[in-house]
Amino acid sequence: MEAEGRYRRLFWLLGIGAAVIFFGSFLVGRYAVAPGKTACILADALLRGVSGGRLGLSPFWQSAERAVVVNVRLPRVFAAALVGAALSAAGVSYQGMFRNPMVSPDLLGASTGAGFGAALSIYFGFSYFGITLAAFLFGLGAVLLAYLVSRASRLESALSMVLAGVMIGSLFTSGTSLIKLVADTENQLPAITYWLMGSLSSVGARDVKFIFWPIAAGLVPLLLLRWRVNLLTLPEAEAASMGVDTKRLRAAVILCATLMTAASVSVSGMIGWVGLVIPHFARMLFGYDYRRLLPASALMGAAFLMVVDDLARVLTTSEIPLGILTSFVGAPLFIWLILTGGSERHA
Amino acid sequence: MLEVRGLSFSYGGAPVLGNVSFSLGPGEPTALLGPNGAGKSTLFGCILGFLKPRGGEILLDGRPISAYSKRELARELAYIPQSHSPAFNYTVLDCVLMGMTGALSPLAAPGREQTDRAMEILKSLGMEKLAPRGCRECSGGERQLMLLARALAQDAKILVMDEPTANLDYGNRCRVMERVARLGADGYTVLFSTHEPNQAFRYAARVLALRNGGILADGPTDTVLTQQVLTALYGVRVAVREVEAGGRTYRVCVEEAD
Repeated sequence: MEAEGRYRRLFWLLGIGAAVIFFGSFLVGRYAVAPGKTACILADALLRGVSGGRLGLSPFWQSAERAVVVNVRLPRVFAAALVGAALSAAGVSYQGMFRNPMVSPDLLGASTGAGFGAALSIYFGFSYFGITLAAFLFGLGAVLLAYLVSRASRLESALSMVLAGVMIGSLFTSGTSLIKLVADTENQLPAITYWLMGSLSSVGARDVKFIFWPIAAGLVPLLLLRWRVNLLTLPEAEAASMGVDTKRLRAAVILCATLMTAASVSVSGMIGWVGLVIPHFARMLFGYDYRRLLPASALMGAAFLMVVDDLARVLTTSEIPLGILTSFVGAPLFIWLILTGGSERHA
Repeated sequence: MLEVRGLSFSYGGAPVLGNVSFSLGPGEPTALLGPNGAGKSTLFGCILGFLKPRGGEILLDGRPISAYSKRELARELAYIPQSHSPAFNYTVLDCVLMGMTGALSPLAAPGREQTDRAMEILKSLGMEKLAPRGCRECSGGERQLMLLARALAQDAKILVMDEPTANLDYGNRCRVMERVARLGADGYTVLFSTHEPNQAFRYAARVLALRNGGILADGPTDTVLTQQVLTALYGVRVAVREVEAGGRTYRVCVEEAD
């Protein structure tokens, strides 16, 4: 069919665009490294990584240039792509599952839980990595709590889950406020505040390695199940009458989305809007079928966050936190979307 | 063959269904009639396995439906809801493809073969042109036919329809019911509920009349659906008449003025 061909072309375009943004992001920053040199440094790093250090290009670059490209920008660009893809994929899955395009991936408390975990570990003076780990675990814990509460409730499952999520979320938000109140105002309070605003400025290779597996463990099953996610948008009785085990499917989707969200938030802090706005644009371009929508959202989310992080790096001399920028970029886009009725237009 | 034996059900309080028994086979489209609150939706819920009966059993080809897995049950029974108000604007083709999910393995998605079959089904309902259209842009009648197509895609032999034409205008009612009756003639086992006795007269070979959670009458439409039964069922005085049109005789009912 012609529509299928159009979607395929669009997908290629999106993939190429994301690849260009990925490479371009290595060139953006205060310290200028020529594109050719950057490409060689990356190729060298890749060769060395794959061959265990036995192969490599003979360096014609300064070690400072290599440090900027490999130690600073490489993890940062990877983190932006991973976090953007994870938040968008989690967001689009939640929106289908809750039959509501206004839902974001932190609906069940993943980010507020993570924020509380981070604030708590900053307060107790944990190491940088300890903060990440605590944020991840508290994010998972918050959603688990919401899920258990909703399982015990007698209300309809989607409704009870939303209610439980909102309650658990507000509980953790209050907890974070309490920690801010008692934290020392010289170091801890600014650190907590800055963490909550969301940023990728201090991301290192270790963080990327840490979030890669939970995000992969969430994204891969979701991609494999993506046709079935469509059926979660139907009333439960209908989906069940078509032979779909909605309870298990829903639990699987929540688990995958939560793994991705908690892992993302644990290194990036609170980054709003990505998981809400990107799926809308993906729907405009690729329609509603999750066979296309889910991979498209992930790819667009990755591209979007890489661009926004590039902006965060260069717009002003001191970095603007990513969470603030995504709102500045995301909110006007969203308003435009509402005014033009973009997502209602049939793809 | 669907058999309901001594079925009873309650939501915790007074019984909604008590000792309901009947059996359904192919080739006789059956209308389920009954006033509001008679237990029609509850009966459907039990047949489809959403509700656990308190007593009695429901057998499908001699085996209790509780022994069927969801996937197995979906291969035997398809459900057509009263209306479809989708949260997202899926295309008609996508909606029909969703009906095939139960037959696929958990990680599989419909491919070329399934798409071709979905198009064939849409064609048989005269809807192939609507395939790429968003279901929200379809009329109520088209959407109901789409649900019919989705049920056919499920490839089940028994079709259970909960007031399939409740939200449709007169013309669309006729068009949808025409298809439903034809499916009955094609060997499907069709059970549809309706609040419109004339639909039963026109399209059903058999009538099940449900009142206060029990069966008031069960049998061929011509012998069962009488003035007395309709009056008892709805509590209004009803007259049944024969009308001739186009060389055929139809039975219809009208409510009498006091």
